[in-house]
Amino acid sequence: MPEYMLSVHHSADDPEEWTAEEMQLAFEQVDAFNARLKESGSWVFAGGLMPRETATTVDATGEAPVVTDGPFAESKEWLGGFWVIDVPDLDAALRWATEGSAACAGKVEVRPFQAE
Amino acid sequence: MSVRDSFEERVEAVFRDEFGRVVASLARRFGDLDVAEDAAAEALVVALEKWRPPPEGEGIPPNPGGWLTTTAGNRAIDRIRRESRRDDKHREAAMIVDDEPHEPTGPVEDDRLRLIFTCCHPALAPEARVALTLRLLGGLTVAEIATAFLVPETTMAQRITRAKRKIAGAHIPYRVPEVADLPARLGGVLAVLFLVFNEGYWATSGEAPARRELTLEAIRLARVLRGLLPDEPEVAGLLALLLLTDARRAARFAGGELVPLGEQDRAGWDRDEIDEGHRLVRECLARARSTGVAPGRYQLLAAVNAVHTDAADARDTDWAQVAALYDQLVAVDPSPVVRLNRAVALAELDGPAVALAEVDRLAGPAMAGYHAWHATRADLLRRLGRTEQARAAYDAAIGCAGNPGERAWLLRRRDTLVKGS
Repeated sequence: MPEYMLSVHHSADDPEEWTAEEMQLAFEQVDAFNARLKESGSWVFAGGLMPRETATTVDATGEAPVVTDGPFAESKEWLGGFWVIDVPDLDAALRWATEGSAACAGKVEVRPFQAE
Repeated sequence: MSVRDSFEERVEAVFRDEFGRVVASLARRFGDLDVAEDAAAEALVVALEKWRPPPEGEGIPPNPGGWLTTTAGNRAIDRIRRESRRDDKHREAAMIVDDEPHEPTGPVEDDRLRLIFTCCHPALAPEARVALTLRLLGGLTVAEIATAFLVPETTMAQRITRAKRKIAGAHIPYRVPEVADLPARLGGVLAVLFLVFNEGYWATSGEAPARRELTLEAIRLARVLRGLLPDEPEVAGLLALLLLTDARRAARFAGGELVPLGEQDRAGWDRDEIDEGHRLVRECLARARSTGVAPGRYQLLAAVNAVHTDAADARDTDWAQVAALYDQLVAVDPSPVVRLNRAVALAELDGPAVALAEVDRLAGPAMAGYHAWHATRADLLRRLGRTEQARAAYDAAIGCAGNPGERAWLLRRRDTLVKGS
């Protein structure tokens, strides 16, 4: 079955910091969503990422590898976390994405993985 | 030569009728839209040769659709055999055995129904949905679709190619959506057909004020959909709406200039389309009454058009009925466009001042570039004798009217105003 990445993106335009209650609610909702995903057999992998200030970029395309502090590109949007799911088709992926978006209170991008 | 031309025209007509069915059946069987489309096109080439009248050929077969499907299927197998020598083997295995019956087992099993839901999938860009539907179900060539939407053929070809690549790459399924998703997804299909019709009925750019090939195709596809989903009231509603609108086509332009509904020569309306549209509206009303399900937007719009086409003279129009239907429509869809149309009915019922107040309440970014909002305001201001403001509103309407027939009408209205003041 095809695999999809459901990614959650943060934006510089997002509303300011969440309150502790909002954060707690989102955690609980995502936990419940993850449990449903595992139960359905569609779960492959998922994770939330540390803030982008923790990112390091490695470039080994030249003669000597170059290690730089910071993300690949300074942009107004960045990846916050993702799910990898295994489902029959895009309709199924979109249904999970709808639930996931509501659970984490963020927009979710759905992209298929290349076939093996 | 004329005999030959008429033969080719007949084959083309058969092909247009059968194309969607052939492509849809092959798409289900081979799981690949490119294979399906190319094989259908190859089958046409064979048909143009084989179907020639004897002694040159064998004549048009008694079941041309079945013939085309079989021929196209054989072509597709040839192609996949060639490709699968270097490709995966499982596809070959899948395509040799056609395990699903050719005959539809019920309306929801029809291959064309699956295909239309694939073509109108919400994960595709709206303009791609329209193009794919016209190409794969309508059988229009890429060049024809490009001409109808006034974009270069290469642009349209890229749009269709990109959409097909997304369908394959993102695994957009080839099936009728699940019951829970059906209302929303059916809404998407109806919106595509309505858009195709409107682009034909109100060409937004170009020289011709209307493009018949698009209105006809939208009606044809709406009929197909109605045949496939006979119990969906909104499908009946959309078909009725298209018929009752299309029925007025001959009377709506004179010398390239728009003739508004109230001034049209009603003898020029198409009685057959009106009768069929009225029958459908009555059917929708009866069903809504027996099921208790409130009619949706297409049924309500069809009912509005049934009221208009019911009046032998514009003065006989039952405006109270029109306004009541728009009240229901506002409850379903409170968009400014719907409220603007409701205001037009209010003008006839309660006078232009009441209507103008409602129209002005709609002012905002959504209406600022909308020709119909300015044109409606202009007409109301004219009727209220506020000539200078009316002139400014006509200017604004002319500035954003894309349809040449409408622009000509607005220009004359404005100039009449200048002379009269």
